[in-house]
Amino acid sequence: MEKILEIKNLAVSFKTFFGEVEAVRNISFDVGKKETVAVVGESGCGKSVTANSVMQLLPMPPAFFKTGEIIFKGEDLLKKSENEMQKIRGNHIGMIFQDPMTSLNPTMKVGSQIVEGLVKHQKVSREEAKKKAIEMLKLVSVPQPEKRIDQYPHEFSGGMRQRVMIALAMISNPDLLIADEPTTALDVTVQAQILDLMKELQDKLDMSIILITHDLGVVADMSDRVVVMYAGQIVEQGLTEEIFDNTSHPYTKKLLASVPRLDMKRDETLVSIEGTPPDLYIPPKGCAFYDRCDFAMKVCKDNMPEFTHHSQTHASRCWLSHPMAKGVKGSEK
Amino acid sequence: MSKYLLKRLVLSVVTVWAVITITFALMHSIPGDPFKSESKMPPQVYQNLLSQYGLDKPVTEQYVIYLGNLLQGDLGASMKSRVETVNDMVERGFPVSAQLGAQALLIAIVFGPALGSLAALYQNKFPDYLSMIIAIIGISVPSFIMGTVLIQFVARNVGFFPIGGWGTWQHSLLPSFALALMPLATMARLMRSSMLEVLGQDYIKTAKSKGIKKSAVILKHAVRNAILPVISILGTTISNLLVGSFVIEKIFGIPGLGRFFVQSISNRDYTLIMGTTIFYAIILIIMLFIVDVAYMFIDPRIKLVKEGR
Amino acid sequence: MKADTNLRPELFERAEKDNKNADKIKRPTIKYWPDVWRRLNHNKLAMLGLVLIILMGIMSFLGTEISGYTYFEQNLSMRNIDPGSEFWFGSDELGRDMFTRVWYGARYSLAIGIIAAFIDFLIGVLYGGIAGIASRRVDSIMMRVAEVIYSIPYLLIVILLSVVLSREGGGTSMFVLILAMSLTGWVPMAILVRGQVLQLKESEYSLASESLGATKGWILKKHIFPNTLGPILVNVTLTIPRAIFAEATLGFLGLGLQAPKSSLGTLANDGLAGLAVGNAYQIIIPAILISLIMFSFNVLGDGLRDALDPRLRK
Repeated sequence: MEKILEIKNLAVSFKTFFGEVEAVRNISFDVGKKETVAVVGESGCGKSVTANSVMQLLPMPPAFFKTGEIIFKGEDLLKKSENEMQKIRGNHIGMIFQDPMTSLNPTMKVGSQIVEGLVKHQKVSREEAKKKAIEMLKLVSVPQPEKRIDQYPHEFSGGMRQRVMIALAMISNPDLLIADEPTTALDVTVQAQILDLMKELQDKLDMSIILITHDLGVVADMSDRVVVMYAGQIVEQGLTEEIFDNTSHPYTKKLLASVPRLDMKRDETLVSIEGTPPDLYIPPKGCAFYDRCDFAMKVCKDNMPEFTHHSQTHASRCWLSHPMAKGVKGSEK
Repeated sequence: MSKYLLKRLVLSVVTVWAVITITFALMHSIPGDPFKSESKMPPQVYQNLLSQYGLDKPVTEQYVIYLGNLLQGDLGASMKSRVETVNDMVERGFPVSAQLGAQALLIAIVFGPALGSLAALYQNKFPDYLSMIIAIIGISVPSFIMGTVLIQFVARNVGFFPIGGWGTWQHSLLPSFALALMPLATMARLMRSSMLEVLGQDYIKTAKSKGIKKSAVILKHAVRNAILPVISILGTTISNLLVGSFVIEKIFGIPGLGRFFVQSISNRDYTLIMGTTIFYAIILIIMLFIVDVAYMFIDPRIKLVKEGR
Repeated sequence: MKADTNLRPELFERAEKDNKNADKIKRPTIKYWPDVWRRLNHNKLAMLGLVLIILMGIMSFLGTEISGYTYFEQNLSMRNIDPGSEFWFGSDELGRDMFTRVWYGARYSLAIGIIAAFIDFLIGVLYGGIAGIASRRVDSIMMRVAEVIYSIPYLLIVILLSVVLSREGGGTSMFVLILAMSLTGWVPMAILVRGQVLQLKESEYSLASESLGATKGWILKKHIFPNTLGPILVNVTLTIPRAIFAEATLGFLGLGLQAPKSSLGTLANDGLAGLAVGNAYQIIIPAILISLIMFSFNVLGDGLRDALDPRLRK
């Protein structure tokens, strides 16, 4: 499959008062054309930092890139100047944010916000821009688009605002859409609508999606492949079926077990993951999940596991997959 | 929206009435009457004076008469100047004061937010430090000192600036600047913190994610939102400018209304004090009303918020 | 996978641990007030302000004692002497020692500022607190009244009251000045306190801790106090320079204390006359002192605000 984005060995840190916080620690993954890749993990695991690194929207300082490349359509985005990045943002890569209540400018009409990027990238006239804004709002199923373009964000509901955000991100027909928790702040019923809308638009417009989320329910619905992140690292990645049916990493297992399912028995309890992820101000030497893992072995504490490849597409970073761990509780699939 | 406007209008009228009543009550609570000090006048003359100013009537009646006169735009007579009424003095002095105030406001409103934005955009860098030094000087040095310094060190050495008085536009430069400095500094500081807050908002990230130019992100998205708190203090600013003008007009010898007011204080010309105070209050309350209405149009959210109350 | 020679089979045994460690927070924790103080300490400008305030406070008492002159003693043969060894800050047009008079004036200015701010604080907290706790109706009426008072220009009313309350030719007493300033000065504090009380009454964290079984006293101590105290402290610090400024302006307009008493404002007013005949020091010295006082309180207030804002915590 043709690759549209390749992240290679990316490491991002933040300088703080206490010292360096290693938010993203040497991650690598890629996104194919028309493919949807989900990046999953708890808050603070580095998934949003990864997304913002691609767009280069991190505040620098305090953020800085330590190593790595972000290859988009054959070119390294980290080597691009701010001016060159501006030609890519909103034009070739679009982005949707978590909270639709705060991600639209409260003092600007919705229509102008939607077309602002288009006007810059494609130099369209005001008339055309207006037509295009109405067309986009129609596409994302906002009723009465002719009237709505002249309204302000506070006159829209949360779900409608997220539709506006999608229209805004897609107006230039980008090759890649980064959706940073696009449904987290929405009602469950609205969530499904937004996800359906994104899928529908993906088919229509031939684009790739990076879906950042902590909700595995969303993942199963949307994505072709899954990248599971924990404490700034990738702990497991593979095709969606592989992740769900052939789960390898104890963290992924716990994540899956914590998703409520309809076929659950009444007396079954939901699993929660005890504790919190480690503070990346002092990253652990060994496996970051050691403190919270039910199957932790002595080796895990001070030795960092490498990736074990279970198939061409599926890999995980866990000592339980090591040949020497055979027979230890938890190593069985 | 019209409901809020109406409410606001009623409140303004009530405030004007409150000011008139307070001023009237205060001025009439002074023991004795204003002509006592000019003692040794024949009783007949004294009696005539009292009835001429209506002071022989009961206070409540005087109050009603005064309110009636005000409604007709009559601010009363001056006790010390037998020639000019308060209205004459307002007509003569207010245009000068208004020009001075408007120029100062313009200077403050252009340079204050500009300095504040610059400081926020270059946080903890040279432009930030420079802007904040100017702002700190602005809030620490009262206008009467700034005015004096300007006369002493600028006007006396640079022939371009007249030392005082009023007439040409050169006359108005230094006093406008001296008057503008404190509101300018206040606005710069407010703009800086407001801008820093706005720059951290999600919609700024959205704007950046569109790939528009940095200048467009700053002007169309950041400044537009960050300036709202600055506009909301315009009312207070105008009020400060007004009082500041008393001082500045005194220092620069400008024949504005402020100087009449200050003179009326030292002369204890109670009717003039009363008339000018009420005139000032009315002007100010009108300004506050205008600022409030303008704010409503600038911030589309406010309509909902205010009406929801 | 790389063959790692250090991997011994015994390493692949279950680790003896429970998951209790998982919640341990490794970052050093910092308590609120020490942290506020630490950040204030880091703010050089605010500390400069604090030091200057303390120094000027000491000098406003000591300064009147050490020059060997009194603030009212006139010496007509020593008029308008430039600053030097005889008179450190020069003498005024009546031959009084400016050094003593300036520190005497600073004492009055500081006292007026601090007392006025304190009274504003008392009335404001009381009025705002009641409005915040009271029913919506009472609150609404109280706030309308405050709004009306607030729309009346502060200095205009202070001037008016000073005119009314002072005897002709008798100057304005300190009591009158403070009264005049406090009559309208409390409104911003009241609005602030009321806003804080309302916000805290309904805030999710006090609700949260109530639902966790916290007592009212605990919520008051742990949530309401630290959160309200900060803004109030900042407001008080910033009210002081406003009152000092108002007093100085009044003094400059001829509505200040009766001579030979002096405040920095009346000294500047006297100095303006001195300036006309070329004795610039007579206005410059009180001017510098007023500016220093305003500067110190403003930067200290700013520093406090920054130090108290947990969002700015690094």
